[in-house]
Amino acid sequence: MSNFFATTLSTSPHVKDQRSVPYIMRHVVYATLPLVGFAFWNFGWSALLVVATTSFFCVLSEGIFNLLTGRASSVGDYSALITGILLGLTLPPAFPLWMAAVGSIFAIIIGKAIFGGLGHNPFNPALVGRAFLQAAFPAAITTWSIPQAPQRFASLLPSTLAFPFSTPNLDGSAGATPLALQKFSQTASPWQDLFVGTSAGSLGETSALLILLCGLYLALRKFLDWRIPLGILATVAIFSGILHLVNPNFASPLAAIFSGGLMLGAFFMATDMVSSPVLPRATWIYAVFIGILVVVIRIWGGLPEGVMYAILLGNAISPQLNRLIKSTPYGHGNKAGHGNKAGQGSKA
Amino acid sequence: MNTDSHAFIFLSACVVNNFVLASFLGICPFLGVSKKVDTALRMGIAVLLVMLVSSAAAFGINLVLQSFDAEYLQLVSYIAVIASTVQLVEMIIKKFSPSLFRALGIFLPLITTNCAILGVALFQTSREYSFSQSLVFALGAGAGFTLALWLMSGLREESEFADPPKLIKGTALSLMIAGILSMAFMGFAGLGA
Repeated sequence: MSNFFATTLSTSPHVKDQRSVPYIMRHVVYATLPLVGFAFWNFGWSALLVVATTSFFCVLSEGIFNLLTGRASSVGDYSALITGILLGLTLPPAFPLWMAAVGSIFAIIIGKAIFGGLGHNPFNPALVGRAFLQAAFPAAITTWSIPQAPQRFASLLPSTLAFPFSTPNLDGSAGATPLALQKFSQTASPWQDLFVGTSAGSLGETSALLILLCGLYLALRKFLDWRIPLGILATVAIFSGILHLVNPNFASPLAAIFSGGLMLGAFFMATDMVSSPVLPRATWIYAVFIGILVVVIRIWGGLPEGVMYAILLGNAISPQLNRLIKSTPYGHGNKAGHGNKAGQGSKA
Repeated sequence: MNTDSHAFIFLSACVVNNFVLASFLGICPFLGVSKKVDTALRMGIAVLLVMLVSSAAAFGINLVLQSFDAEYLQLVSYIAVIASTVQLVEMIIKKFSPSLFRALGIFLPLITTNCAILGVALFQTSREYSFSQSLVFALGAGAGFTLALWLMSGLREESEFADPPKLIKGTALSLMIAGILSMAFMGFAGLGA
């Protein structure tokens, strides 16, 4: 009986679960580990060093920022680690480590910490870091190494260890990503290769199959909102399917959803709980908006890939979606007559 | 003469070369009136209106100046046209919506010195747009300005609930949001070209 009296009574919402932020974040980290492993197998030591660097500097900047501003340490909630791993997975294998470090610091400080830390960042921090790197080092971030290179476990790529603040010696024999091939020379890659993932590209984006499995795990355990990846992928498939029928030079729907950073973005970036909308209806609009922008930028834009920008723009409209689409409180249904009264009541 | 299609001019002025987020024109009202979504939207529409009227007027004035070989008067006369258009819009708003007039405050007369509007007039002249192209250009520029204000105001309203460090609270944080938004708009680069 003593237990009964110890119970605190409170108003809703009631927490029914033992899940906490560190618990959820830890499982997202587990879900990204297979992708890191695949990147290591596909691109070798350079890939692993890039992810290690981004993770280390993200956690470090979070810790230092907390110290400087006298806040409680938030290093233990794994969110900075996720930002680091995700940022690393979006970078090319031969990316110079010093640039990766600069991007990580930018992602955590400008992308998250200055807004007051986790829960307040309007944009996905990893993508803010990557957009910064894309603007600052456009050559380094679009130099793709050949996957499955024979010496990948014996030596590092030449640009990996570029001296800080020096121009890296970018590999001239670099491969092109399937999207760039499609866009600039109308060469389609077989979707089976894209699905398995032994193609050129950013570290973690190549294997659609693996991302799908990890994403499904997160969706089944309800760590991410399944509507977002489903909405984005369906929109891209339908939209690019129509365009492919009109002009076969454009990517086929399967190639479109399995190539580039779309899978990684749809499952791991767009689903960021902080920067995506709250209600299901708003979430669908958000996902369709991102999907349309991805296809528009890929087909008519100057860049071969637009997933990063599409998600950042999706994040930018999500406060407006949250504002415009609200749930109706219980008892204030949209029945004729009642809805009007409720509206007046809330305004008064 | 300029041969760009109307759709391209509109898209370019609205999104690709968005006046605020890609060309960095009109930053003053962009930061000044983006605290609330409602005010921001109305400010955007006021600017759109001024852009349309002054673009049409600038086109006529340019024709007159060209016939006198007096193009060096462009800048002065454009500023005069914009100032009088703003006066007009100010009177209309004051008459029909005093509350909006108060909400916009000093930023309404400041539209006069909004470089985005002078930019519209000068760009349309230097790119030799026809009359209809000029109007579409002004419409696109105004729509892009409104879009930027709308996005920014939503983000800023949400950041009201955030708990930023003292050092960066307020304008500094808004500038950072604007910077990230501008980076996101880089994705449109080259669209339609």
